[in-house]
Amino acid sequence: MSGTSTSKRPFVFTADNKVLAEAAITHYPADRSRSAVMPLLDIAQRQNRGWVSHEIVEYVAEYLDMPVIRVLEVATFYSMYNLKPVAKNFVQICRTTPCWLRGSDDLVKAFRDFAGCGIGETSTDGAFTMIEVECLGACCNSPMVQINDDYYEDLTPERFTKILRTLKEGKTPDPGPQSTRSGSEPVGGLTSLTSVGGDD
Amino acid sequence: MLRDEDRIFLNLYGFDSWQLDGARKRGIWRNTKELLALGREKIIDEMKESGLRGRGGAGFPTGLKWSFMPKEIGEAPHYLVVNADESEPGTCKDREILRNDPHILLEGCVVAGFAMGAHTAYIYVRGEFFREAERLNAAIAEAYEAGLLGPDACGSGWGFDIHVHRGAGAYICGEETALLESLEGKKGQPRLKPPFPAGVGLYGCPTTVNNVESIAVGPTILRRGAAWFAGLGREGNVGTKIFSISGHVENPCNVEEEMGIPLRELIETHAGGVRGGWDNLLAIIPGGSSVPLLPKSICDDVLMDFDSLKEVHSGLGTAAVIVMDKSTDIVAAIARLSHFYMHESCGQCTPCREGTGWMYRVLNRMVTGDADIAEIDMLHAVTKQIEGHTICALGDAAAWPIQGLIRHFRAEIEDRIIAAKTTANTAPALPDAAQ
Repeated sequence: MSGTSTSKRPFVFTADNKVLAEAAITHYPADRSRSAVMPLLDIAQRQNRGWVSHEIVEYVAEYLDMPVIRVLEVATFYSMYNLKPVAKNFVQICRTTPCWLRGSDDLVKAFRDFAGCGIGETSTDGAFTMIEVECLGACCNSPMVQINDDYYEDLTPERFTKILRTLKEGKTPDPGPQSTRSGSEPVGGLTSLTSVGGDD
Repeated sequence: MLRDEDRIFLNLYGFDSWQLDGARKRGIWRNTKELLALGREKIIDEMKESGLRGRGGAGFPTGLKWSFMPKEIGEAPHYLVVNADESEPGTCKDREILRNDPHILLEGCVVAGFAMGAHTAYIYVRGEFFREAERLNAAIAEAYEAGLLGPDACGSGWGFDIHVHRGAGAYICGEETALLESLEGKKGQPRLKPPFPAGVGLYGCPTTVNNVESIAVGPTILRRGAAWFAGLGREGNVGTKIFSISGHVENPCNVEEEMGIPLRELIETHAGGVRGGWDNLLAIIPGGSSVPLLPKSICDDVLMDFDSLKEVHSGLGTAAVIVMDKSTDIVAAIARLSHFYMHESCGQCTPCREGTGWMYRVLNRMVTGDADIAEIDMLHAVTKQIEGHTICALGDAAAWPIQGLIRHFRAEIEDRIIAAKTTANTAPALPDAAQ
């Protein structure tokens, strides 16, 4: 079927994921379990190493008693469902103007130089898949990338390359801003909230 | 400059604990039961008097919006839906509330939900904010444990539940009816209005959709009084606002400031100024990608509020300030935004689905001057054919940045086209194979 690919093996939730799926369904009214299609696709994608196969679409449709086409529509509409396999490290580089102004093109180049593959491709060692994405909503910490579930912010090509190197070694680098700050406060010192807090 | 004692988001940067004990120290959940005891009508009246206008971009009066919910609760339950699908380029303020101060949002949900007769709230968090959703869920668990949520929320006798629904990567779900479609398990394609959500919303039930910041400021407004909030800023544009300052500034940051702060003061006080100094400024997008840019001459003295920015043909939007210095290729900067809208168009309305791609392709040619002068007017005409001719405002949002570019940088586009043609004409002629 168009839009999805087959994984050539049947899909069923693991026991643990079935518990998660059942819990997701309880968040919606009893007769509205179709609302859980997005969380169920997410759970399934995680179980399937990061992508939604056609078998998953059919399985979720049956699970929620929905027509397959309705699940397929959802799976193809939202950009976070990957419709083909991705590598263990799924790198999403933000390309939109606030990140672009601060050098997101340089991050794409740094990625190419390190991994030897470009936008929409998987590196030959199978360690990285990279795509460019639209605004990830961390503009005060731009340029930034998302790798799997985590944001890596305040990047330079050097900082980004270091992160990629750490990942390639099988380790997880500390997420968040890679500069001297911990959040979205101004780097040069606080200009507000100087007289509050500080309990600890 | 806003004094710290007038700031609402005391843990904006996450230096203190996000957890319940930290939140309580900041005064959150202090007397929620008493706030609810004011009653639905009084809460809505106070919110109206406070002058709060929605913080998600459109600036619709929040109290008035709440008052549209049916007075009596019929057979259909009422829903509060919080829009945490923060995706407007430049905007990253709700993320800080979600991860650093989730309880201020949860308390706001209880108060707003009660005021509109809802027993249930859904918080729709953009899918990429995975860690933020995790933290929000952890805060919700704490609130249930402490009896702040549940069948007798805050000891008020009012049952209230909050659920988190994660999106999956679609800017359009920030549009309220697309968000509702998505919550119902469908593609996020906006609905025709009317009917409005207050009449027919989630699952066909009365629903109000509010931005995170709008909901989160509610309890503080009630505690300190409408007059306090209304006393900040200027008439019609009151209160405090979180500004996201990004791009070519020395110190990009989020900061809560008084509505109506001069744009230049905002940038120079909090973001360390424009890179290379104020005179190195080219243009600023003052309210997220959807609003038209402003050239330096306007930035010099414009105030950051709804009406001031409207007067200069732009808007406050989400108060996301994208600063561009003189090194910026301004045509490419806007072309990037056009790519964004092309990517995010849901495909439902023809003018937007076809128009966003068309505008991007033309604008992208203009980056290198590969166009005709007449195409500038044609591009402008197409933006006008899209604007106002689609179900939702995404078409408008795609049109406005281009209109702003043409309004203020037409000469730049023309220069590039002329330069490209001149280069082509003076280039050595290729040998003619026929000779």
